[in-house]
Amino acid sequence: MEPVTRVTGRMAPLDRADVDTDQIIPKQFLKRIERTGYGPFLFYDWRAKGDFVLDRPEHKGASVLLTGENFGCGSSREHAPWAIKDAGYNAIIAPTFADIFRANCYKTGILAVTLPERQVRHLVDLASEDPTAEVAVDLEAQEVRGDGFAYRFEIDQFARDMLLNGLDEITLVERHAPAIGTFESQRPSWLPSSS
Amino acid sequence: MPVTSAVKTLAQKLWDGHVVREGGDEPDLLYVDLHLVHEVTSPQAFEALRLAGRRVRRPDLTVATMDHNVPTRGGVRAADDLSRKQMEVLAENCKREGIPLHQIGSHRQGIVHVIGPELGLTQPGMLIVCGDSHTSTHGAFGALAFGIGTSEVEMVLATQCLPQNRLRDLAVTVEGELPLGVTAKDVVLGLIGRTGISEGQGHLVEYRGSTIRALSMEGRMTVCNMSIEWGAKAGMVAPDDTTYTYLEGRPHAPRGAAWETALNHWRTLTSDAGAVFEQEISIDAARLEPHVTWGTNPGQVAPVTGRVPSPHSDTDERALRYMDLKPGTAFADIAIDRVFIGSCTNARLEDLRAAAQVVAGKHVHSNVRAMVVPGSTSVKRAAEEEGLDDVFKAAGFEWRNAGCSMCLGMNPDILAPGERCASTSNRNFEGRQGSGGRTHLMSPPMAAAAAITGHIVDVRELL
Repeated sequence: MEPVTRVTGRMAPLDRADVDTDQIIPKQFLKRIERTGYGPFLFYDWRAKGDFVLDRPEHKGASVLLTGENFGCGSSREHAPWAIKDAGYNAIIAPTFADIFRANCYKTGILAVTLPERQVRHLVDLASEDPTAEVAVDLEAQEVRGDGFAYRFEIDQFARDMLLNGLDEITLVERHAPAIGTFESQRPSWLPSSS
Repeated sequence: MPVTSAVKTLAQKLWDGHVVREGGDEPDLLYVDLHLVHEVTSPQAFEALRLAGRRVRRPDLTVATMDHNVPTRGGVRAADDLSRKQMEVLAENCKREGIPLHQIGSHRQGIVHVIGPELGLTQPGMLIVCGDSHTSTHGAFGALAFGIGTSEVEMVLATQCLPQNRLRDLAVTVEGELPLGVTAKDVVLGLIGRTGISEGQGHLVEYRGSTIRALSMEGRMTVCNMSIEWGAKAGMVAPDDTTYTYLEGRPHAPRGAAWETALNHWRTLTSDAGAVFEQEISIDAARLEPHVTWGTNPGQVAPVTGRVPSPHSDTDERALRYMDLKPGTAFADIAIDRVFIGSCTNARLEDLRAAAQVVAGKHVHSNVRAMVVPGSTSVKRAAEEEGLDDVFKAAGFEWRNAGCSMCLGMNPDILAPGERCASTSNRNFEGRQGSGGRTHLMSPPMAAAAAITGHIVDVRELL
């Protein structure tokens, strides 16, 4: 994976709570066998209704998605972050994320950043009032910076290292092969085999 | 092996029992006992594995089935080209890597969370993962089971391990006897109505109390299945005699001396007296009623005796608009077009029996199209041996082959825009059962009753 240190750009405000992954990428688009090509189908049903906020001209080209609490709840489909990244958003800022979705974002190289509700509110207001306003989501400094503000965020340190260094997690785990082998040899014999 | 502290929750015991390598500057590395695979979330993982020159480490601890996009009638030929391609790719991947596959048409095919338990592959004390959020279902056996993304599927295929950060413990205690007409589905819907859909975030949940103990394995699976719908990573129930009775004699369950050894271990899988949960929630079963959802997430739910509530948030307002419902409308005045009895939440034999009991001798309302989709080919066969198929067909239900079907509309079973469905599935998200479709979640007896009357109805009126 390519290292991710900072995402800089304009913000698109999707001011809704509890956005589920069925909305992010509806089920009819999960039939591809590739990891790419999902961008055009991001929020497909909402966009089809017209005047969807992310499609407004002033928010085109934004690279930071702002949204409400519990973003990415529901289905574990990794197609959701794939679609978000494909559509050009490399960072998402929300008060909270659903657990599986957030893990999937890190694997996809998306900076999923949590900030307190009032700071997210400030960013949503800012993006709505001045769509040209830019922020930097700085993973190294753990800060979201803009004109006149710098918001510190916390992030899982292992995920941060993986992203900053563009590491392959499987290679990291494979370093523990001896420990895995030892554990494996000590597993109780009654445990089932699928074969 | 990890250090063992004196007093532990069930979840801590399960976690500690699977730590290959503990923490430091990395998350705990956990060993996976069973990896369930299906056609939708695995192709990219297999492809990445192949490109990296890796093989599946433990095909013998991996099992695959086709469920999400299989047609429930007409066989594989009824599938669209992309679905068929996904099924073919799964078959190729399983063949190349030596992974057992229960494909469409085989006698053990079914929804991944239905076949694991019925084959006896799901056992107490195991760590089970699958690229599907309803993997929490398997927690009903006292297993640690949770859904993962496709990159994590690749990780498990390659290493049989998963790096995970420790989670917090939460207990849900349900005490008392369930009133007539109130089911495991109503326990979990009532719970989510109280917590909302994100309170479980970052938690492993243990369901306990006399009500949970009195539930069958099917009922416990229904409760654990919907753990993800209130944000929990996993839900579990400590194993007991109900669990062992269910398991004994199943194809992959231990036999003879191995059964006794396993049993001795399983009996240790309870939360120790004095174990501390970060949060505890108590529910009085006697006060529960049949529940029905009115909105577009599972937390927008109320007792069927009530009315559509006034909106308290933008989310509520949007939900009512999407559902085309007005506050104050009695649930019993909401007419429905479709009924779906199926899904990994409620498509086991006991669910079908409960629905059939309501349906027997009656007929589906003339405005309603109703279908029953057994959770697995085995469930279908067992139901047919009891004559349940005759009961449903005589009442005007369609009797289908096993699959995820209309729970998620990835196959030909979908709602048309604007259609309203009484559904035993787990998610009422916008468009979940078909673009523009409107879903009301409820128990199998409640859905059966709605099919008969043509509107949402308190099943107790029909009992």
